[in-house]
Amino acid sequence: MRDLVTSVFLRGITAPEAMAMDDGAAIPWGDKWLVVTTDAHVVSPVEFPGGDIGRLSVCGVVNDLAMMGATDVLALTSAVIVEEGFDLARLSRLSESARRASDEASAPILAGDTKVMRRGELDGIVLSTSGLAVAERVVRDAGMRVDDAIVVTGTIGDHGLAVLAARERLGLDGALVSDVAPLNGLVRTALAAVGDAIHAMKDPTRGGVVSALSEMATKAGVAVHLSAQAIPMSAPVRAASELLGIDPLWVANEGKALIVVERDAVEPLLRALRDHPLGRDAAAIGHVAAGEPGALLLDTGFGTRRLFERDGEPLPRIC
Amino acid sequence: MSGARPLELRDVERGRKLRERLARAVERAGREITVMHVCGSHEQAMARYGLRQSLPRALRVQMGPGCPVCVTDAPEIDAVITLAEAGHLVLTYGDMLRVPGRAGSLDDARAAGARVEVIYSATQALERARATRDPVIFFATGFETTAVATAAILLQAPPDNLFVYSAHKWVPAAMEVVACSPGSRIEGYLAAGHAATITGYGVFEPFVAAHQRPVVVAGFEPLDILAGLVSLVDLVARGEPRVVNAFPRCVSREGNRRALDALRRVFRAGDGEWRGIACVPGGELQLRDAYAAWDAMRRFEDLLERAPERAERVDARDCRCGAIMTGLAEPTDCAHFGVACRPESPIGACMVSSEGPCRIWLEHRVAPPRPAAHEGDAP
Repeated sequence: MRDLVTSVFLRGITAPEAMAMDDGAAIPWGDKWLVVTTDAHVVSPVEFPGGDIGRLSVCGVVNDLAMMGATDVLALTSAVIVEEGFDLARLSRLSESARRASDEASAPILAGDTKVMRRGELDGIVLSTSGLAVAERVVRDAGMRVDDAIVVTGTIGDHGLAVLAARERLGLDGALVSDVAPLNGLVRTALAAVGDAIHAMKDPTRGGVVSALSEMATKAGVAVHLSAQAIPMSAPVRAASELLGIDPLWVANEGKALIVVERDAVEPLLRALRDHPLGRDAAAIGHVAAGEPGALLLDTGFGTRRLFERDGEPLPRIC
Repeated sequence: MSGARPLELRDVERGRKLRERLARAVERAGREITVMHVCGSHEQAMARYGLRQSLPRALRVQMGPGCPVCVTDAPEIDAVITLAEAGHLVLTYGDMLRVPGRAGSLDDARAAGARVEVIYSATQALERARATRDPVIFFATGFETTAVATAAILLQAPPDNLFVYSAHKWVPAAMEVVACSPGSRIEGYLAAGHAATITGYGVFEPFVAAHQRPVVVAGFEPLDILAGLVSLVDLVARGEPRVVNAFPRCVSREGNRRALDALRRVFRAGDGEWRGIACVPGGELQLRDAYAAWDAMRRFEDLLERAPERAERVDARDCRCGAIMTGLAEPTDCAHFGVACRPESPIGACMVSSEGPCRIWLEHRVAPPRPAAHEGDAP
């Protein structure tokens, strides 16, 4: 996907803010910053345990803004493209769910647009959402420094496995629940607790923790060491991932942040995060080190292995 | 599954002690020891926990023909693609999707408009067939473990629009081929715990008697693998050819009788080609005549016979998958490894599945891929 963006969409683009390929772009605004971002969402099924595409579209944008330190959302816009014949009651539920998420995040949806496409021209529904927010200080995903600690704000793998289990009707329902949630409140708490000690943030969505950390480490020209024992994971996620042969480290999250922080600030940061309902399982999972830029090393307790980004959907294995 | 059990079996401290025991056992032997595991899940677990890097240098653990996806033969895939292209619905396990036949994969056929769907269990094939009147073809792949699941649906009076294309394979038969292959330096075998849960460890006794090489049945948690290797190295060093069950919490001598009974009622062992390896006598699980009505090979015989033979990709001819799976070569010995042959564009089957040795080595960088020929050339 990143290759596609670089080779097609970034051709001829010279604006540094776009070239940075961060979660959003920051524009100076008085002594503060305006951060703008946009996100398109497709998901199957559109309703899944723990959320739906409406909630996902709002949280996706709010979280991208929050990862840049922009936690006060001025406005969201929402474009809905829907297939002819899409169930109206379901459409109302999705809209209501998006509105609830926008309330939770204090992120008002102020403009919108709707298009209907003919049956078969679209698989159900596509949502495209943009957002505008204010940051006191912009946090970049490229800011990792050697010796920084890496904190994850909670358990990993919940969203991707919940959606996979629902889509493929694996009969694992009930236990697997998406974590989709707006993170701007949690990030505000983190920034209030340790401020400038936070050097970088990113939400580990598609491609999971591995993809997010690889990208951050590549941009910063550093390596990352993780400890497998420290990575928080719910029992159902652990069980489902073993069953399916899918490693949660590569699975999407929609309500978690990776926060790169000065080592001395880890304890106060963890205390602040754990006091917030969305950060109860926050944990320090590794550190930044000098080394091959972008390299990710996992200490399993039995040995060390390198983690690499993977293309495409994870496929469950046979036995 | 109990919540605590997997974690208990990943206890780091016990792992350290077992690694020390393994190092001492190899040291006592005073020479290089070569063993083989016969299961993709073992290779995957070793890579996942970084075990390979922490093994004693004098212990060589080679990969055997243990990846079901890798040994499914190209003509079998071609045949199923032919059925899909003819407009029939084909159901397959996910990791078969991208495996290249001689020309293209099921995924390619799907992209070109054929109806290919991924399922996660044989039961889903049964449900899918019950929900329609059209033919539903289940591409049944895998070893003893998944073959039992296929047998189970055929024993449940399935609807007459369900057709099974069996590419199931029987692992013990392939071990014979490996043990007999000239140039093999294998002194002992680590057998797959889940397959032995079905077959019982007794299935390896004739093998051990014939080849005078020990077999240790091991599970897939890191402690299982380390304990299995300690036991295997001890047996090799002492020259003691016997079967040891290092996975007693799941495996018995007799195996799962109900499962074995189902397997025997539905399948008979025939000779069959294992991709890149050889024709393995007794290595193919074919549907018995009593199940001919559900046998896709028989039901669509005309269609399959009429299909023109597909030409093999030129670069697939020097693919080393066969040598890799018989322990005669390592992924890095292949010129395509990590260069032209990658998970997103595999040439050989070993690069496709998460249990394929090449895929595992590349994704975990067990060894670096060879540089492309043009790299490093002076400008």
